[in-house]
Amino acid sequence: MVDTTLIGILIDGAGFQVLPFTTVAAAIALHGNRVSRRSVTGQARNVLCGMGVCQECGVTIDGHAHVLGCQTLCCEGMLIETAS
Amino acid sequence: MSADVIVVGAGIIGAACAAELARRGMSVNVVDAGGVGGGATAAGMGHLVVMNDSPAEFALSHFSRGLWLELAPELRERDAFVRCGTLWAADDEAELSAARDMHAAFAARGVHASMLDQSALREAEPALAHSLRGGLLVEDDGIVYAPSACEWLLARSPNAARIRVSANLCATSITAGRVTFSNGESRSAAHVVVANGLAARELVNAPLVAKKGHLLITDRYPGFIRHQLLELGYIKSAHHAAGTSVAFNAQPRPTGQLLIGSSRQFDTEDPVVEMDILARMLRRAARYLPSLPALNGIRAWTGFRAASPDGLPLIGSLGDPAERLWMAVGHEGLGVTTSLGTARLLVAQMLGEPDGVAGIPAGAFAPNRFVREPANG
Repeated sequence: MVDTTLIGILIDGAGFQVLPFTTVAAAIALHGNRVSRRSVTGQARNVLCGMGVCQECGVTIDGHAHVLGCQTLCCEGMLIETAS
Repeated sequence: MSADVIVVGAGIIGAACAAELARRGMSVNVVDAGGVGGGATAAGMGHLVVMNDSPAEFALSHFSRGLWLELAPELRERDAFVRCGTLWAADDEAELSAARDMHAAFAARGVHASMLDQSALREAEPALAHSLRGGLLVEDDGIVYAPSACEWLLARSPNAARIRVSANLCATSITAGRVTFSNGESRSAAHVVVANGLAARELVNAPLVAKKGHLLITDRYPGFIRHQLLELGYIKSAHHAAGTSVAFNAQPRPTGQLLIGSSRQFDTEDPVVEMDILARMLRRAARYLPSLPALNGIRAWTGFRAASPDGLPLIGSLGDPAERLWMAVGHEGLGVTTSLGTARLLVAQMLGEPDGVAGIPAGAFAPNRFVREPANG
């Protein structure tokens, strides 16, 4: 029996629901987000490798900066801040 | 293809010497086995710091830091000069007492610094462990991005038009007025300056050993720290002559990143990042910055300091001054700081200026201090 109870999260202040075992990177993509973080010079960056190497999916999660979204699973009540 | 001077080495020392020679009207050909600002210059932190372990080290580092402060307004944003100051952190009463001694020694020599008590330290650097007892803040120390500063010295400094740089040219032998390269080419000049760091061991038999160091850089956490932070035990660690040691050293980059050091190892010239050494270094840093483990490190690398037997660089004539063969190597962990002063000191000797540079004891840096007298006369 697969648990399909939806998980409620907040992306840049907006409520959003995802299936269990959804990564933060997947959640922000599903949410329609196009910018995960900004480069030193302010250029937009978004998820690229999806496997924890490129560092482009770094977002702020529950107040912790530069957490890799592709390596983090969503959980109930998670606060995610992107550079959108 | 001939110049007044050939400088072997396009790191911070060679670049500073070239810029100074050009300023004094000479044409300079800088050659490097790699490119501009590689080697130890690229691997290091670029901390501009007055050190006071010996009168000679103090004189050169203080004079050089002054030259950096004068140069700073000319540098570009990419050269990343920041007068962030050095904060020496004291972990116990003994270190606090060492900080007071440093303060007194600096005050006697005109270096501005201030003692911080426990609460002033906490206010200056809230991320430091609250158990630290205090510290010494040296306000006029700073940082610079040395590879970029090399490029500025060689290509943008006021007389850079007199400097020509040849990359990927590996010097294999030098004789008076001539440098020969691994590709068979040779070039001539009135003077030759050897400024290629550890590679001077092969080129001119310089008495240097490699001290390996690790560094790690984090993601951006603006405001996490504000000054270059060092433990007072760093001075002890920096002068170990054998074995492996680590000491806390953290630098706030202008981007908000943190550069974390430091380690020292002998008897290895393998550039691999050693996880056990990196872990020791980071555990040491976490003692001073307890929230450091929550930050992301994004890259670690190693480099090799060129250390002389007495810890001071070799600056001056290689042998007979009439041969016009010169060297400026062995700056260990202080090469970026002392580069500009080294260049002044060396060029004064090259030009035969009898007074040298005021306040700098040239003899303490003379390469011939390591030449042994023949046993039988």
